[in-house]
Amino acid sequence: MTTKTINSIDRRRVVNMIMTSLTAVCAVFAIAVLVAILGYIGVRGISSLSIEFLTDTPKPVGEGGGIGNSILGSAIMTLLAAFLGLPVGIAAGVYLAEFGRNWFGNTVRFVADTLIGVPSIIIGIFVYTLVVLPMGRQSGFAGGLALAIIMIPIVARTTEEMISLVPNSMREGALALGAPQWRVTWNIVLPAAASGIATGAMLAIARVTGETAPLLFTALNSRFYNYYLDQPMSSLTVQIYNYATGPFEVEHAMAWAATLLLVGLILVINILVRFFTRKKF
Amino acid sequence: MRIFKTSGFTSVFALLTLAAVLVACSGQKFGEGSGSGGGTVRLQGTGASFPKPIYDKWVSEFGKIRPNVRIDYQSTGSGAGQKALLSKTSDFGASDDPMTDETMAEAGTPILHIPTVLGAVVLTYNLEGVTQSINLSPQVIADIYLGNIKRWSDERLKTDNPDIQFPDAEILPVYRADSSGTSAVFTDFLTKTNTEWAERVGTNKQPSWITGVGVGAKGNDGVMGQVKQTPNSIGYVELTFAKANNLPAARVKNKAGEFVEASLTSVSEAAAGSVAAMPDDLRAQITNADGKGAYPIASYTYILVYQEQSDEIRGKALADFLFWAVTDGERYVEDLHYAPLPKEVMEKVAVKIDSITGGGKPLRR
Amino acid sequence: MANTGTKGDKVFQAIVFAAALSIILIVAAVIAVMYQSAVPSMERFGIGFLFGREWKPAQEEFGALPFIFGTVTSSVIALILSIPISLGIAIFLVEQAPKKIARPIAFMVELLAAIPSVVYGLWGIFVLAPLIREYIGPFLQASLGFLPLFQGRITGIGMLTAGIILALMITPIITSVVRDVLEAVPHTQREAALALGATKWETTMIVLGNAASGIAGAVVLGLGRAVGETMAVTMVIGNSPQIAASLFEPANTIASLLAANFAEATDEIYMSALIEIGLVLFLVTFMVNAFAKLLIMSVARKTNSAKHA
Repeated sequence: MTTKTINSIDRRRVVNMIMTSLTAVCAVFAIAVLVAILGYIGVRGISSLSIEFLTDTPKPVGEGGGIGNSILGSAIMTLLAAFLGLPVGIAAGVYLAEFGRNWFGNTVRFVADTLIGVPSIIIGIFVYTLVVLPMGRQSGFAGGLALAIIMIPIVARTTEEMISLVPNSMREGALALGAPQWRVTWNIVLPAAASGIATGAMLAIARVTGETAPLLFTALNSRFYNYYLDQPMSSLTVQIYNYATGPFEVEHAMAWAATLLLVGLILVINILVRFFTRKKF
Repeated sequence: MRIFKTSGFTSVFALLTLAAVLVACSGQKFGEGSGSGGGTVRLQGTGASFPKPIYDKWVSEFGKIRPNVRIDYQSTGSGAGQKALLSKTSDFGASDDPMTDETMAEAGTPILHIPTVLGAVVLTYNLEGVTQSINLSPQVIADIYLGNIKRWSDERLKTDNPDIQFPDAEILPVYRADSSGTSAVFTDFLTKTNTEWAERVGTNKQPSWITGVGVGAKGNDGVMGQVKQTPNSIGYVELTFAKANNLPAARVKNKAGEFVEASLTSVSEAAAGSVAAMPDDLRAQITNADGKGAYPIASYTYILVYQEQSDEIRGKALADFLFWAVTDGERYVEDLHYAPLPKEVMEKVAVKIDSITGGGKPLRR
Repeated sequence: MANTGTKGDKVFQAIVFAAALSIILIVAAVIAVMYQSAVPSMERFGIGFLFGREWKPAQEEFGALPFIFGTVTSSVIALILSIPISLGIAIFLVEQAPKKIARPIAFMVELLAAIPSVVYGLWGIFVLAPLIREYIGPFLQASLGFLPLFQGRITGIGMLTAGIILALMITPIITSVVRDVLEAVPHTQREAALALGATKWETTMIVLGNAASGIAGAVVLGLGRAVGETMAVTMVIGNSPQIAASLFEPANTIASLLAANFAEATDEIYMSALIEIGLVLFLVTFMVNAFAKLLIMSVARKTNSAKHA
């Protein structure tokens, strides 16, 4: 071998080594960011967590108080969103998977994908104009509806994906036995895809639990435990936003504690989903 | 693929059913109490962040006396408070800045201005090594926000503060990005005292700030937060916010030529001078007030209500709350660094509250 | 096809069809409602609305340019920072790391996407902004201060902070799509390149070349997300409608304008102008996402990129 080729091989090796280690550095960096964010939330949040904080309602500044009503509000609006959004989303997903191989299906798919990318604050404005103004009040219902609208396209697309993973042979078998199409879908296809659909649903729920922008004008906030859907309702996210942008140290501490709770919840959902499904999400 | 394993799917439906039941139950069981029908009366208020600490205190204390009245106050800014009243998404609005005639006309039905407390807008700053109060003249304040004074080491600042070692750093003015009564009071003061300001910026809830000067933040809280986070910044906020954070407040030169610290006394002084001139609709500006010892950037803050309440029970609760707030409630005012209404004004306010009607009849008498 | 149960089939089909249709109806309704509210502003300001530099609600002067500028600039900063890192991570995960390491790392990167926007904002205010004010900003000013981009005072709140936060937020999204796209490139290509004596990196470059349009799709998708991101940006950008050369200066984006000011628009024309600018945002994100989808479909028809869209 001449020295020239050796040099060239060396250079290529060096480039190879540098670039491959750089990609590893990128991965390490991403993990470092995750650890930095989560770690900071943990450290700042844990010190303010207490039973009182988790169950009490907000009080005038300096008198303590908690986020119990925000936890309840988030739970109610998320459940309402699931209640309104999941059936529609799943049904739309069924349509796309089972009947959607036509121009209409393609249009729906396309519109759903783009709707997923629409900023959630736009949905908030939409619901404000359509529901809050005529109702004359911000309400938990309006908040839940905005969250539902955000869920529908996400759930529709994951459902479609999960259903299309069900092998055709199963459908054909049942159809050949004389079962009507809807029975096949309901009794064979959906159960087969169930865990996947449930997973998608859980991820969509986790996603909307963390939404703030669509709730600002629709659910507003409240300092009470509120079970009425026609009244303004507190949520963890809006409460975190209010506390974070406020001037009071005690409220900043409460923002971190509420964040610990919120992020903890969302991460637990994500990790559980990951644990129970071997598929890539 | 586990064809017959349906547990996942069933559980989703179980969850949904549970959600449905919960929602339905809550709607039925508690729904009766909502609005004015049952025992509990709910009132929604939104608006100014300037009086948020005292309103939070009031609604909390009033709730102890009248447990069946649940008042929720959310601070969204004075502009948002006015809008919430006009669009009828709130039972009352709160604003530091009285509504303009134009805005009031939009409502189509009379709106009452109820002054609740007096506040002061103070200039607070984050200067390393400077913990004492600095002296600011209206001219210097205007020049900082106009971008004419760019550094803390500026001669004009030194002249008024011979004893203070200012850092040689750029000034970051922080202003309100949202529509705010605090801005209205602040700019009203500068408009009255500075012609360049009057020409270029003027008085407004959401003035046109000079491009390239300063940063905007949302709410009193936002400005406060920004100042706390940023060295060499200066911002204007309600006194109570500065006090709560142990941030310094500047002494401001008043009409009589003295540098005055914002305090309950100096704010009351400012109000006292204007009592005689209080108009019948109670919409008054008291910036740059006459009189020795008067703090010049003081103002009333208002709760805005419709004179004719569409719902008598709620209207009664609202009128009762307002009356309680400006009478018994005044005892919480000073702890939170607001000045109570002068006696004469309080009497006028009581008359105003008594003029709130429901179904054409006065609600309180 | 089954002969029995045709009635049930019809009902069933009608139900799922209605659900699918509802998605289109939602989008149509959003457009219709917003368009209707935006009409007064459109009629009054015309196309000049998009190019006006002044936003003065008090004077009823509404120019959207500062917000368009802020939206575009913060998104571009985010892309510049995020593209190399996302590509690096994706390449590491697909081409280099053994499956055992790749899986947990991929999962952790995806967790970054699960963190809510408001939490990024909180972290941005209390951690990133001070970092930029004390270290990153002064460092940039010392090394690149000759550029107008890095001149002026550093407050920690402004365009750069927003850009960095956005970069963190879109990195997992771009990474995940690029990963799908790379995995869709047939293994035979890599084997062929390696067999011809290419190094691992050279092989990777060939794979990247073949996946180019899919990667472009991932990037555009990230752009779409950055353009519409609201809460985190509102909390760190400084909410000042100005067009400044320095990245340390505060700015504002369309989405954060809406978050901060929508609740208080008392006049009809102010409200209308806000909704018009919201409509602009809606249409832009809609088109960006549509474009991303087309790009990704062209490469990864088989992969399930849909869920990331």
